Amino acid sequence: MPDKEKIVRVPIGPQHPALKEPESFMVDLQGEKISSIALRLGYNHRGIEKGCEERTYVQDVYLIERVCGICSHSHSTAFVQAVEEIAGLDVPPRAKYIRTLIGELERVHSHLLWLGVAGHEIGFDTLLMYTWRDRELVMDLLAELTGNRVHYAMNVIGGVKRDVPQEQFARITSVVDALEERTKYYVELAMTEETLAQRLSGVGYLSKEDAERFGAVGPTARASGVDRDTRRDDPYAAYGELEFQVVTDTRCDVFGRAVVRLGELMQTYSMIRQVLKKMPDGPTSVRAPLKIPTGEAVSRYEAPRGEDVHYVRGNGTDKPERAKVRAPTLANLQSVAKMLENGYLADLPIVVAAIDPCFSCTDRMVAVRGTSESKTMNWEELVQYGVRWYRERGIDLSNVKMRGEVTA
Amino acid sequence: MAKTPRRRPGRMIPSLLRSLFRRPATTRYPFVKWEMPDRFRARPVVHTENCIGCKMCVRNCPSGAIQIEDMGEKMFQATIDLGRCLYCGQCAFVCPKKTIELTKDFELAAFDRASLVVVYHAKPKPVEEPAASAQPKAAEPQAPAA
Amino acid sequence: MTAGTAVLHILVFPGFLFLAVLGLAGEFVDRKLYARFQNRVGPPWFQPLADFVKLLGKENVVPEEADRPIFKLAPVFALAAVLAAFLYIPLWGPKSLLPFDGDLIVVLYLLLIPTVTFFLGGWTSSSVFATLGALRAITQVFAYEIPLFVALLAPALLANTWSISGIVHYYSAHPALWPVNLIGLCVAMVTLLGKLERVPFDIPEAETEIVAGSFTEYSGRRLAFFRLAVDCEAIVAVSLVAAIFLPFGLGLAPWAGVLLYLAKVLFLLAVLALLRTLFARLRIDQMIAFCWKVMAPIAFLQILINLVVRELI
Repeated sequence: MPDKEKIVRVPIGPQHPALKEPESFMVDLQGEKISSIALRLGYNHRGIEKGCEERTYVQDVYLIERVCGICSHSHSTAFVQAVEEIAGLDVPPRAKYIRTLIGELERVHSHLLWLGVAGHEIGFDTLLMYTWRDRELVMDLLAELTGNRVHYAMNVIGGVKRDVPQEQFARITSVVDALEERTKYYVELAMTEETLAQRLSGVGYLSKEDAERFGAVGPTARASGVDRDTRRDDPYAAYGELEFQVVTDTRCDVFGRAVVRLGELMQTYSMIRQVLKKMPDGPTSVRAPLKIPTGEAVSRYEAPRGEDVHYVRGNGTDKPERAKVRAPTLANLQSVAKMLENGYLADLPIVVAAIDPCFSCTDRMVAVRGTSESKTMNWEELVQYGVRWYRERGIDLSNVKMRGEVTA
Repeated sequence: MAKTPRRRPGRMIPSLLRSLFRRPATTRYPFVKWEMPDRFRARPVVHTENCIGCKMCVRNCPSGAIQIEDMGEKMFQATIDLGRCLYCGQCAFVCPKKTIELTKDFELAAFDRASLVVVYHAKPKPVEEPAASAQPKAAEPQAPAA
Repeated sequence: MTAGTAVLHILVFPGFLFLAVLGLAGEFVDRKLYARFQNRVGPPWFQPLADFVKLLGKENVVPEEADRPIFKLAPVFALAAVLAAFLYIPLWGPKSLLPFDGDLIVVLYLLLIPTVTFFLGGWTSSSVFATLGALRAITQVFAYEIPLFVALLAPALLANTWSISGIVHYYSAHPALWPVNLIGLCVAMVTLLGKLERVPFDIPEAETEIVAGSFTEYSGRRLAFFRLAVDCEAIVAVSLVAAIFLPFGLGLAPWAGVLLYLAKVLFLLAVLALLRTLFARLRIDQMIAFCWKVMAPIAFLQILINLVVRELI
């Protein structure tokens, strides 16, 4: 142990059981208390934005969908909406309703997933198993409606790819009814289970002022009393025609965030019922041009984790000149350090999990020009560097076939 | 702090004990097979006899998983790399002749990458009306034209 | 007892081999019930054994910074202490293998040794997670050990003997008296969760916070023995609780006695499994507050009751 004033530095991440994705939290501990925390991004940067510039709009929809493995529909809808705005396409109302339906079903599965993860982070694995069991209902439903459990691939530019026929409405309603029943149980459980309250109440406090200062979004902001929801404030798809309440809470802690998410689930069920009732007839997509005209658009979407912002600039070709993704986690991440101030190490996993982080979605790389350390390497150089790095440590990899050599 | 009902630990006891006597929600998967819904998007199958070689699928594929080769006499051979395929269904969506179909066969794991490359050999056009082999999908909208 | 039978008793029955089999079976019962409470299928019966064999075949890594002798010996000590404790507990008969006056205290201290080895193993492996786990383990000892000791000593007070066999003998003679200790039984079961490091007191190995706590740097054979020690510790602790708090039906025929003993162990294991399914993990400060402010007073209440009862008889 270092002698410096009895401070222990604990690396939470990039590989750690509390984090499902690589991210680094360097925590300085004084006993069990956190004295300072340093956060580092960039372990899973995938270059999706650059990838979008090199593919056609049609292909980009599927690439953008893979920004996130949970809110995939959110990202693809946000992207498609931006492209449609540039191209001036008039999306048929039925397509908008189907997008809303899938988006809300996605919110159901995301929030249930979050509840389970939160349970796991505080060692309440039973809650994890129960919520994930119930989540299977909506996953199966999504598989039936869209053809996949996660990457629904429903969106195309100009509409949706698949219709949701009338025959499936009864099935959707029955699943929603069953889930509503279960959610009521979880609401009751959250309110009455003592150990849950012990671990969640007063943990990860984020005041309303701080939530606004750090630009928190989604349930994280709403649990701090910030009344903000893109679905109501800037309606897209069919949200303008639906009635719902924005659930907020004034507890400002992790417990409040759980309450907000559970409340949102109840709202979502009512919204799905409204969508089924109001869904108009008509085509599900319009013909989209391959070449999108010059122009730019920003599209906002209330993903389960918060506001998702996409920016697209077209240059008259079939490929975008720039596509930019601002995943909700990036907006929420700044507030995590604040929430952890004077917290316990034991609370770190749940506080981080409480923003429902999606690190790979948010990951980005910053290269500071002019510093001696940053250097650009191509694949060959990278392979050589790797071989050299390992050889210095006594491992010889020069005989191992690398991808670059095979395809070259 | 909002008012909450009386709390006590161990609220889950009733449902836990009930679970003990219920059928488990999980299954012993590889031993008990799992069926996916009919409209699931998994293994793509190419009915090469319908292919007209427009290569819309090749151009649209986000991951470059499809190759169409002209074998002469208006016959086309399709190669799909399942290892690259995203199973998004864009190829089936744009195909003007509904040549590509995504089936619900999702158990595609293999020990060898090469075995994931599936070749659908060229077949001559059927003599009779070929409409029967194309699987009509419910309310399929028109595909964007080139 | 000749040397030959003594070795047989220690190594095979009711010693090491019997305890190990019981430990693995106990782990299976615990995991299966845990799964069924959670509406899952759960592992097959041979899973604990398969895990054990798998770990035996895995690479043994000793961290370079570790204090090698202690790091290597810790699992052995844990297992040995648990095994030694098992020999002093009467299982189905009214007498244990090696009874003497004061063996209750010895057993309680022998059962403390595994926790000490967790501390030593974690501390000497010089990884932050293991160190934190070790510190938490030793912090937790001071919280749960007092109520556990007090709860286990209360029946002894009533029986007026420090020998487990003596306690069992006393309650066999006075069968109406064992329900007096029910409060102590509850305290003992709850604090056992702390001793066995299970939810809600699995703070020393809280997976989402400090990876695997003391065991973070352990692998292969040593981890296998640590896990076996924990499994056996559960059986020993449960047997101790069964002997002290459920001392009925000890005069039965050997086969019926064995069955009754197994039924008691199974019941207590099921209760432990249910308890660990039920809660969220507490924070270390909450855990200590709970043990000192709730568990310890209840345990002392049991002492008080027993003193009164003793005066009345």
